[in-house]
Amino acid sequence: MTSTRVLDSLVIAGLVLFPILAPGYLDLGTRVVILVLCAMSLDLLVGYCGLVTLGHAAFFGVGAYAAGIFALRASAEPVFGLLAGGAAAAVLGIVSGAVLLRSRRLTLIMLSLATVLIMQEMANRLGWLTGGADGLQGIVMAPVAGQFAFDLFGRVSYVYAAVVLALGFLAFRSLVDSDFGKSLVGIRENEARMRAIGTPVDARLRTAFVAAAAMAGVAGALQAQVAEFVALNALSVEFSSEILIMLILGGAGRRYGAFLGAPVYVVMQDYLAREDPANWYLWIGLLLLAIVFLAPGGLTAWVSMLAQRVKGKRR
Amino acid sequence: MFELVDLLVSLTFYGTAYGMVLYLLAVGLSVTLGLMRFVNLAHGVFAMTGGYLTVTAMSRFGVPFLAAVLAAVIVVGALGMLLERTLCRRLYAAPILEQVLFSIGLIFVSIAIARYVFGPLAQPITLPGWLTGRINVGIGVFPTYRVFLVGIGAILALAIWAGIERTRFGASVRAAVDNRRMAESVGINVNLVFTVCFGLGTALAALGGSLGADLLPIYPGYPNDYLVYFLIVVAVAGIGNIRGALAVALAFGIADTMIRYFLPGFGRVLIFLLVMAVLFRNPHGFAPKIHA
Repeated sequence: MTSTRVLDSLVIAGLVLFPILAPGYLDLGTRVVILVLCAMSLDLLVGYCGLVTLGHAAFFGVGAYAAGIFALRASAEPVFGLLAGGAAAAVLGIVSGAVLLRSRRLTLIMLSLATVLIMQEMANRLGWLTGGADGLQGIVMAPVAGQFAFDLFGRVSYVYAAVVLALGFLAFRSLVDSDFGKSLVGIRENEARMRAIGTPVDARLRTAFVAAAAMAGVAGALQAQVAEFVALNALSVEFSSEILIMLILGGAGRRYGAFLGAPVYVVMQDYLAREDPANWYLWIGLLLLAIVFLAPGGLTAWVSMLAQRVKGKRR
Repeated sequence: MFELVDLLVSLTFYGTAYGMVLYLLAVGLSVTLGLMRFVNLAHGVFAMTGGYLTVTAMSRFGVPFLAAVLAAVIVVGALGMLLERTLCRRLYAAPILEQVLFSIGLIFVSIAIARYVFGPLAQPITLPGWLTGRINVGIGVFPTYRVFLVGIGAILALAIWAGIERTRFGASVRAAVDNRRMAESVGINVNLVFTVCFGLGTALAALGGSLGADLLPIYPGYPNDYLVYFLIVVAVAGIGNIRGALAVALAFGIADTMIRYFLPGFGRVLIFLLVMAVLFRNPHGFAPKIHA
């Protein structure tokens, strides 16, 4: 129990220390922070509920578009925009969850893909609202809470995103540690048994689904506000796979998976894609095969295995 | 009035040709999923490989169309069996997440290789002269290629049905789908059944990829972009429901063609919503017996 408390504080400390240690990489840091938030929300579904979906980009993208459109047409205040993005994604989560969660496994994967494709097609065709294939342009954000204007160096962007991630992590933590979170793990391990002991499985899964959707929507909203632009490929199947890969790389259902996976993925992509953009796909493909056959459980599993060995030696 | 009937007939025909290609592409996935419970999202990789092999054999080495298709089908089937023996087998008992990651990994690797070898553009297939014209089939005059697709699809659907329902091997497959341990205990070599089925499934995908290359062009994004269509056929029919897969593929092909003709403004949104509505009513598709 103490070790999770220590590690939780380490996560927060990492967020605080990053701009001090690497002030030249704030843009990269902001990108990582947003992706961590998104991968963490997917962890609720994949890691804790055991629901494999390839549709998380739908929530991220809808959150991004909602926040962008909100900034253009209603209010440029970032905090309201976050709420708008989260709310829009939550609505999509309620609607799509009602259909998707009736299925499992392959059918669920197919329906989640179809959700992304429907949203993508709509964003592409409703050009008057979304900017179509050119993306949503011309967003200008007001200062955060009327106080902190976004600066050229990305300082405010980083702090803003990091604060949102910290709050998101607190929410994630209290969800996962609660009885509700424990019951999700129970459903993952044996759905039939959980039903038999009277757990309202469908209601629990739907709640988790909406929570994950809202959190991904907030991540998308952050992305839209920080970049002041929404690209159509925020709503793509490829991006869905990337989020899943980040999570798996870190380790699903292991609390810190997103915090390890997203930075490693982004740094690798930054390095490998700069060297050889065409072969980036080859590298992630091989990486995935390597994870499946050599390191199921991802980096967190490796790290905790190492930690246990060190402990064993000390004894 | 006659024009409308003519239009509907020809839309139905085009939809049927498209549906037949989808059936060939998806039926192997339905079998491997029903049999091994193996969620293989990389099924399109085999179709793409078949298509590339056919196109290359024809353009580079001047092999006639049918011979090229046959060669591609055999090569891909052998590759499929090899992959099953070496890698897939190790994941049958793994959680679905690992199967999904494995197949996404395979998709990414194949996209990179395809782009490296053939470049990012679609590879056009040069159909032989006897497939290029138009032909009168009684209900109207249609492109020979589509008539050929419908004919081949019908013959294969019949062959697959007969193979599963009327042969000893088919009986072992059905037994292994229904109850693996029982099948093993009556002396069926289930491992061998798995390997052969996986090989046949990939060979069928290669056949669909090669024959359908003029309809669904072969390019590096193939395994990703058509994935949702294979999955729709399999999921709506229900896992392992092979006869249902034909009906669903044809219905999907016809519905998609009609919607695209009459309501082009909606793109793919309506057909996906339709699929969702069907699965909302029948979450296990039309074969509620097996859950995978």
